[in-house]
Amino acid sequence: MSAGARLPRWVDLGLLPLLNLAAAFLLSGLVVLAIGEDPIKALRILVNGAVGYPEAVAFTLYYTTNFILTGLAVALAFHAGLFNIGGEGQAYVAGLGVGLVCLYLDFLPGFAVVPIAILSAAAFGAAWAAIPGWLEAYRGSHVVITTIMFNFLAAALMTYLITNWLLDPAHGAPETRRFAGHTTLWTMQQMLGWFGIKAPRSPLNAAFFLALAAAAFVWIYVWHTRAGYRLRTVGSSHKAALYAGIDPARTIVVAMAISGALAGLMAVNEIQGAQARLLLSFTGGYGFVGIAVALMGRNHPVGVCLAALLFGALYQGGAELAFEMRNINREMVIVIQGLIILFCGALENMFRPTLARLFARQGAA
Amino acid sequence: MEAASALELPALELRGIDKSFGAVHANRAVDLSVAKGSIHGIVGENGAGKSTLMGIVYGYYAADAGTIRVDGKEVHIAASQDAIAAGIGMVHQHFMLVENFTVLENVLLGAEGGALLKKGEAAARAALGKIMADYGLEVDLDAKIETLDVGTQQRVEILKALYRGAQILILDEPTAVLTPQEADALFRLLDTWRSQGRTVILITHKLREILAATDRVTVMRQGAVVATRDTAATSQEELAELMVGRRVQLRVAKDACVPGAEVLRATGLRYVDARGVERLRGVSLSVRAGEIVGIAGVSGNGQSELLEALAGLLPLAGGEIFYKSEKLAPPGTAAASRAARLHGIAHVPEDRHRMGMVVGYSAAESTILGYHGDEDLGFGPLLSNRAATTRTARLMGAYDVRPAAPALRSGNFSGGNQQKIVLGREIDRDPELLLIGQPTRGVDIGAIEFIHRRLVALRDAGKAILLVSCELDEILGLADRILVMFDGRIVGELGRDAADERALGLMMAGVAQAAAAE
Ligand SMILES: Nc1ncnc2c1ncn2[C@@H]1O[C@H](COP(=O)(O)OP(=O)(O)OP(=O)(O)O)[C@@H](O)[C@H]1O
Ligand SMILES: [Mg+2]
Repeated sequence: MSAGARLPRWVDLGLLPLLNLAAAFLLSGLVVLAIGEDPIKALRILVNGAVGYPEAVAFTLYYTTNFILTGLAVALAFHAGLFNIGGEGQAYVAGLGVGLVCLYLDFLPGFAVVPIAILSAAAFGAAWAAIPGWLEAYRGSHVVITTIMFNFLAAALMTYLITNWLLDPAHGAPETRRFAGHTTLWTMQQMLGWFGIKAPRSPLNAAFFLALAAAAFVWIYVWHTRAGYRLRTVGSSHKAALYAGIDPARTIVVAMAISGALAGLMAVNEIQGAQARLLLSFTGGYGFVGIAVALMGRNHPVGVCLAALLFGALYQGGAELAFEMRNINREMVIVIQGLIILFCGALENMFRPTLARLFARQGAA
Repeated sequence: MEAASALELPALELRGIDKSFGAVHANRAVDLSVAKGSIHGIVGENGAGKSTLMGIVYGYYAADAGTIRVDGKEVHIAASQDAIAAGIGMVHQHFMLVENFTVLENVLLGAEGGALLKKGEAAARAALGKIMADYGLEVDLDAKIETLDVGTQQRVEILKALYRGAQILILDEPTAVLTPQEADALFRLLDTWRSQGRTVILITHKLREILAATDRVTVMRQGAVVATRDTAATSQEELAELMVGRRVQLRVAKDACVPGAEVLRATGLRYVDARGVERLRGVSLSVRAGEIVGIAGVSGNGQSELLEALAGLLPLAGGEIFYKSEKLAPPGTAAASRAARLHGIAHVPEDRHRMGMVVGYSAAESTILGYHGDEDLGFGPLLSNRAATTRTARLMGAYDVRPAAPALRSGNFSGGNQQKIVLGREIDRDPELLLIGQPTRGVDIGAIEFIHRRLVALRDAGKAILLVSCELDEILGLADRILVMFDGRIVGELGRDAADERALGLMMAGVAQAAAAE
């Protein structure tokens, strides 16, 4: 009954995002021009910085890992009709889950402690998200509000714990001691080494595969399980859910918990993979970017992975750009990201009517 | 002079309108000519393409081919604004009102008349006051839509069209959700409208309304126009045959009822809604195997709530429900609704859009709603889309759903076909007790015959059926025993033979009746 015309699938999923992206880059180019730099050169540095050499690719994929996980968290909750913007806090608290295991269970052998730490991250993230979920389901407090508040709570809690209890007094910074080597994840360098491939040092680690597995999990869970059916039904209509014998409240808590667990896995990449110690503010805003990633990826795992890759490349290429061009600083890079979010997310439908008309005409001919 | 020549030109003329949705050819070279100052009916089976055709005229869909002329002038309608500018107004099959806006805000939406809302508002109030007085269309302009009943919501839709200066008003199944009194009021309004030289296009499945209200009628089948008749020169039977392509039995024959053991008993059910209004005030009833119990009543007298309570969906303020003499858990939770289904209680809800299906789901996904836990639909926690599709394809065959496309979005099926999907899903379970609300709302006469046959067959197989319907014809044609509800109570019971339209009508209007006292 909607007025929106249907487009062929490949246009919807391929051409339209590309057009949006092109528009975003075009406008970014104008901005770069306006501050007196050469946009073509900037683009070249950006692309080269993101994918131009092995180390760049590794860094891009390392950021991508974070974005996949936080993006999936937002996407999954979205299918249950929930807007989880607490990925940042959930990942932060999940860092505690990883840290505690790696610091205090390191007497266990690697094959035990590594999975326990991963599960612990998921569990901590899940718990931190389940509370707002419970409040929404049974107390009617809106999950958008509570997850924002829980981001602040997480920040306060983690600062307190790290600076007062967990920090390593031997070295002044507010961070824990390094985890024992056998508790951390394999680096990509290590893994490629097994196959005789020489790779540069980078923070890219096995969590990348964890993220891909998480994407596959979300795809199966949402569209190929009974639980996913319940989740989507609740996301569409509570009335229909009740009619079908599905408990909306319970489903909401479960959805938030899984969403939080996904966000929590981001801490595995950062803490157990890249940093090998628990430190302040390691989440670095990835949780929030996850919202944009999910938006751009249309809340589908494949879309989320692609969008995460784009944002990962921007992150890495942008860092390079800020380094290379005097007038472009990190804030400029954020402006470009903002433009991409604007065009691919908020203005997603800008080119749609034109395309629809184009294709309708073509179809009629 | 000019007026005279304008009169000869049709108010609306369509030539060769063609429209496909993917593989579905919804309109095939449709020609339609609607005379000025007339009421023109359009009838046709579910999915015949009536709503699509009107959607094209109103700018919702772009036709693949064809031209539209208004008063003889060709117009290009790319969006609703173009249609409104051409003097066309439309009241949709499913209302398009913003629920948490007031009536005034809804009327003004898109026609605010300037950046400053206040100024436009005062002018609009005056204009609307005049329209309401002229047509006897009383609506409280400051009431929120969500607090209004459907009949009033429809008046808002009409008001909206009138306010925008519509000369041609399209009504898509306007009476499907109206009480008979409301429907009468609507037709009086249309009469006034016509006498002022304006034009009405009326889509309906109720042939009686066509005969009573229209001047001419066009029959559509499978996307094409198959006939146009002067209403005075046709009959229900002829129209039915033209629509369906075969003779249709308007009332299904059935044998005498042989009631068996009691299946459902409810005592003293009370329900208070969120606004504190007592909707059920102590309802008791019983349904036995092998009988159809019909609940008649003007809509809004508690029938809907009764049905939902029995299905386990509404939290009761009092009363008990027994199923085969076993007491059911208090309703109002997902567990109760699940338990009811496990017991073999099936429920076809009145509100198929918000409850009976998920419009955003594919037909296959809607077909497993409530039965998504079935073992044959997957292995363990997994749900097999293939299994759901297979089941859906089978049901679509058995219930003649068109198009038989399990992957099509549920909301894109025509109203009657949506109903068949829900009905097929519930009857297919071979339930011991079927709770069914407005089974044929928006359903074409061929499908009504089909659905009624199914219900009678279910009864003959010894199942119990509780039927809630606002259509007296339907109640009289199907029910073995009739309960009349008024203001949250059952005010009377009539045996099938004792019931006639008059007696029922009086009871429904709340006039105390001897039968109620006995
Ligand atoms: N947006 C859409 N996408 C795909 N198919 C559609 C869409 N809208 C309608 N159809 C199909 O077009 C056909 C005509 O539908 P339409 O709604 O016009 O029927 P109708 O005559 O109004 O039926 P009803 O009496 O049940 O309301 C149906 O087969 C329907 O499934
Ligand atoms: Mg229709």
